[in-house]
Amino acid sequence: MTTVTTLRARFGAATGNPFSGGAWRIPVRYGAVAGVTAVFVSLIGMVEAFSRREVIETAVSMDQVLLLVITGTAGYLAASRFAARGIGKSVIAATLSGVIATLFLLALLVLGDRINLRQVLLNASPSLYLELTFGKGLGTGAGLLALQIIAGAVGSGLIALLPPAPRRALLIGLTVVAGMGILHDLMSLTFQNWGPLSVLDTWLYSSTGLKVRGASALFLIFGGWSLLWAMKGPQIRERSKTLPLARSAARPVALLAALVLLAALPQILGLFLSEVLVLVGLAALMALGLNIVVGMAGLLDLGYVAFFAIGAYTMAILTSSELAFFGFNFWAALPLAILAGVVTGVLLGVPVLRMRGDYLAIVTLGFGEIVRLLVLSDALRPWLGGAQGIGRIPRPEIGSFEFVSSQQVYYLVLGGCVFAAFISWRLKGSRLGRAWLAIREDEDVAAAMGINRVYFKLLAFAAGAAFAAMSGAIAASRLGIIYPHSFSLLISINVLAIVIIGGMGNIPGVVIGAFALVGLPEILREFGDFRWLVYGAALVGMMLLRPAGLWPEAIRKRELTARPAGVPETPSTSPSAGDTS
Amino acid sequence: MALLEVRNLHVSYGQIAALHGVELEVNEREIVTLIGANGAGKTTTLNAISGLLRPDRGLVMLEGIDLSTLPPHQIVSRGVVQVPEGRHVFARLTVLENLEMGGFTVRGKAEIPRRIEQVFELFPRLRERRGQLAGTLSGGEQQMLAMGRGLMAGPKVLLLDEPSMGLAPVLVDTIFDTVRRLHSQGTTILLVEQNARMALQVADRGYVLQTGRVVLSGTAAELQAHDAVREAYLGVG
Ligand SMILES: Nc1ncnc2c1ncn2[C@@H]1O[C@H](COP(=O)(O)OP(=O)(O)OP(=O)(O)O)[C@@H](O)[C@H]1O
Ligand SMILES: [Mg+2]
Repeated sequence: MTTVTTLRARFGAATGNPFSGGAWRIPVRYGAVAGVTAVFVSLIGMVEAFSRREVIETAVSMDQVLLLVITGTAGYLAASRFAARGIGKSVIAATLSGVIATLFLLALLVLGDRINLRQVLLNASPSLYLELTFGKGLGTGAGLLALQIIAGAVGSGLIALLPPAPRRALLIGLTVVAGMGILHDLMSLTFQNWGPLSVLDTWLYSSTGLKVRGASALFLIFGGWSLLWAMKGPQIRERSKTLPLARSAARPVALLAALVLLAALPQILGLFLSEVLVLVGLAALMALGLNIVVGMAGLLDLGYVAFFAIGAYTMAILTSSELAFFGFNFWAALPLAILAGVVTGVLLGVPVLRMRGDYLAIVTLGFGEIVRLLVLSDALRPWLGGAQGIGRIPRPEIGSFEFVSSQQVYYLVLGGCVFAAFISWRLKGSRLGRAWLAIREDEDVAAAMGINRVYFKLLAFAAGAAFAAMSGAIAASRLGIIYPHSFSLLISINVLAIVIIGGMGNIPGVVIGAFALVGLPEILREFGDFRWLVYGAALVGMMLLRPAGLWPEAIRKRELTARPAGVPETPSTSPSAGDTS
Repeated sequence: MALLEVRNLHVSYGQIAALHGVELEVNEREIVTLIGANGAGKTTTLNAISGLLRPDRGLVMLEGIDLSTLPPHQIVSRGVVQVPEGRHVFARLTVLENLEMGGFTVRGKAEIPRRIEQVFELFPRLRERRGQLAGTLSGGEQQMLAMGRGLMAGPKVLLLDEPSMGLAPVLVDTIFDTVRRLHSQGTTILLVEQNARMALQVADRGYVLQTGRVVLSGTAAELQAHDAVREAYLGVG
């Protein structure tokens, strides 16, 4: 925890640290990090590749956004670290970081001008230099680049100095514009897909990027909405509290609206995004299960994919017409697949009951591999299909309605997720949830408290396995064919990452995590392998900035903000308080 | 018949025997203390009583019924509750949540708030800090919380393992005062202590444990007067 705390302190916003003499090293360091990053993305070809895409037509290209985000972050952080020392010094700090970052890029330009870097660095191409110098040659171009980078850093620094409400509004507005610009193709496609929305497409976008009016409108609408909410939100919330009728009516109405929206989503979004939603949903279903095991009960399970595989294979064996063993339909096989998950969950649970932490992780990891090797094995081929897997798994159907396309399977996955989220939520608030919490926090004390560790741990494994098996069963019938190779360790790791990034133990957090880790890479598919670079960097950055996850459970959040032992959280008013600290 | 009886208790850690036939009994409404040097086997005895350790041989009887083969959670629900050594509180939960967790085995929703109220009366300090994270409490407050949480289960016998460990003298007095108050309210306590002087002041009777055996027993007054005890544990020559 101490590392996290120091990192927070280091990256933390305007907290007014009493700086010692070497304070100016901070903006220099930020600038240098930004400069190195900017040179790096240039030399791996990202800048050049992005330069072909416009965010706002003719005005802003995507590589400019990339460089601005990198150097702007440095300016923003530098200014917020100096916020306590007054505006003047903060602006100087932001400028300094911008200048330092620029120096690195200029060095690249000069070096590239003198030596042919291309022999070693494939992407140090003439077109990169052209792009960086705005096609104006080294002299003027470098000046323009410096101007742009420094202006970006100073601008970001100024944003950092704004009061929270306008700052958030600006950042939201800019992020929406950049996001909508970057996702141009996808958004256009989606808008065109649905009649009423297709006007939006022509109004917002030209063929190359956002129109200026589109960008301005988006900025004003979203920024303005955020600003308005910041000013009026508390009032609205206050007022709705005093109106019991409105409050009691608001919940069901909101719930109904959410359900209608969820039901209409595939039609609004079209085929591609529905496919993405199905993938996100299947991952979320697994993550909700793992969240019970790891997040709620604190049992680190690295072989979780095994239950996904068991669900998928049970579904396949019971339904496949290729094997022709049973010929069940989907609905008859689904409960049995879930049951198979539960049984294996308990079977895995028994031998690992006494294990904790890293030992448990290793054993479960082994379990995941065993299951994968079993379904791959030649000996079991007649029953499990070996390396060729099992095909001809029938689609789920209700009456004559068949779940074939992603737009249809979506409803199945949605049903599963809503079911899993509801169960998780009920479990969490129950006696069971409290037992898991106690076991997670301190197993020995939990036992001293009268909590039956064996029973509750096995229940956690069983519940987690049930959701994964359900996800596997749906995935199998969606694809119609399954292969052993689809059940690798990587899936366990990804699902664990979803739980951690989303916010361990918190149900909405886990769903958000599935969107971030499964949905985003799908949506950013057009950027090829670069998306994995951004993805990795984003993960690292996120764990530094939000170590408890995107939407953490209250308990974990407060731990990270808690004071050291002996210091009261809130000063108590009673006279005897505070004398121990 | 004593409320809690330990007969011929043998416990070993792997090959190494830690207890060699410990015998002790605790009568209803009594404070009995178990004193002994470091490593004498005091914690081991308590853990064996509460089921956290499985004895090799011997009986642990509560009201004449043997507990030694039951898992810990069943022993707790029968009324033997241990407050572990070293103030293990749930650091990331609040004081209130810790207490609620202590009432895990309690049936009936209305009972929990009533017991929390009793704990707060016993430890007013905890009431002030009910919303504070247990991990941020001072050492003494954590000990109070650990004891309060143990009381939440409504124990017939409370096993206290070195409640005064590592506390400043003022807090040691507070803790022992509380032990006295619990006693006057009718709680039965088996108290393990290094601080033999204080322990013998509050206790009715005591046992002296040495390398896994009870070597001496008697009323607190007898032990206080005993030469060997005075020499070895009370620091009087
Ligand atoms: N988990 C364990 N594994 C092996 N040996 C142990 C274990 N726990 C305790 N022992 C040994 O058993 C003996 C008794 O230990 P115990 O913890 O019961 O002593 P204690 O009387 O509570 O001492 P202290 O006053 O220091 O707490 C010691 O020799 C100790 O080293
Ligand atoms: Mg001990």
